[in-house]
Amino acid sequence: MHTTTSSVTLAVAVFLASGVESVEALTIIVAAGVSRGWRSALEGMAAALVVLTLLVGALGPALVYLVPINVLRVVVGGLLLVFGLQWLRKAVLRAVGLKAKHDEDAIFKRHVEALSPGGDEQTGQSDSRPGKRGRATRDAAGFAVAFKGTFLEGLEVVIIVLGLGGGDHQLGLASASAAAAIVVVGGIGLAVARQLANVPENAMKTVVGLMLVSFGTFWTGEGLDVRWPGSDLAILVLVAAYAVVTWALMRLMRPSALPTDQERAHA
Amino acid sequence: MPEGRPPRVAPLWRRWLKGFGAFWWDFLVGDTPEILIGVLVVIGAVALIAKAASLNTLAVIAFPLLVVAVLGGSLVWAGRAKD
Repeated sequence: MHTTTSSVTLAVAVFLASGVESVEALTIIVAAGVSRGWRSALEGMAAALVVLTLLVGALGPALVYLVPINVLRVVVGGLLLVFGLQWLRKAVLRAVGLKAKHDEDAIFKRHVEALSPGGDEQTGQSDSRPGKRGRATRDAAGFAVAFKGTFLEGLEVVIIVLGLGGGDHQLGLASASAAAAIVVVGGIGLAVARQLANVPENAMKTVVGLMLVSFGTFWTGEGLDVRWPGSDLAILVLVAAYAVVTWALMRLMRPSALPTDQERAHA
Repeated sequence: MPEGRPPRVAPLWRRWLKGFGAFWWDFLVGDTPEILIGVLVVIGAVALIAKAASLNTLAVIAFPLLVVAVLGGSLVWAGRAKD
């Protein structure tokens, strides 16, 4: 029996994580559409979505019904911990300025430049040779880039959906949340053209990282027969505790919190 | 390369396999191998505490603390790499 708390937390975690990945995929699709034509870009995106749907359809039930629940929880819990800690680490480093912020505008420009007539998608360089294809015809590069971008970012969504949904036998809810996030991001993307840089991605990544690490800790513990006090409510306690620690780490690692060269010399 | 001979291209299944392996390597290891190793060590330690020693309360407290230690360690590592 799932509590409302765990269902809501799971739905929010999947929605935010899928939203972040969708923004990244949308940047690539829009870049391919603008520079190589919308027909090929949308076909590439659609093809990738079909492959990803088949993947969830094939792997989801097998994971949920064939793998022993405790093994599943330790494996997906471990994956969520690794994934979540990577996100949190990046979020902290970006917040304190030790890592460049994820700039969707810069990524968009890079893709457009590489995909422009004469551009080289592999190297990201462009030259002045005229392109061979018009925008109305099918374009292999536009299709491939949109497919690759959607598939790779979508694969991360699939792992999150299977991990969060499969670990708690709530695959339907996780899939619906991911689909809702994709629709919302797609709708916003269409509405605001490509103002994706305005999405507060680092804040969203911090929240998603916190949730993935919390779910990862909870389910790995369940798989290892750890009995959490308060059962599913422990997830909220874990989210709060990890949030406090992350905030403290961001404060501690701020450049002003670190000793300056002069202070180091005096010490 | 001898003239007229087309360049060798790996079969599709090998390119897919290579791409699939590269995705998982990048996904799990990437530029933070310490996180994967740390998580494996934490899971092993919690398994020992909870299953072998049956110390549930200790496992409940130690698990999040060890996870925080992995995050902190990785951040310190990143900070030192920048210096």
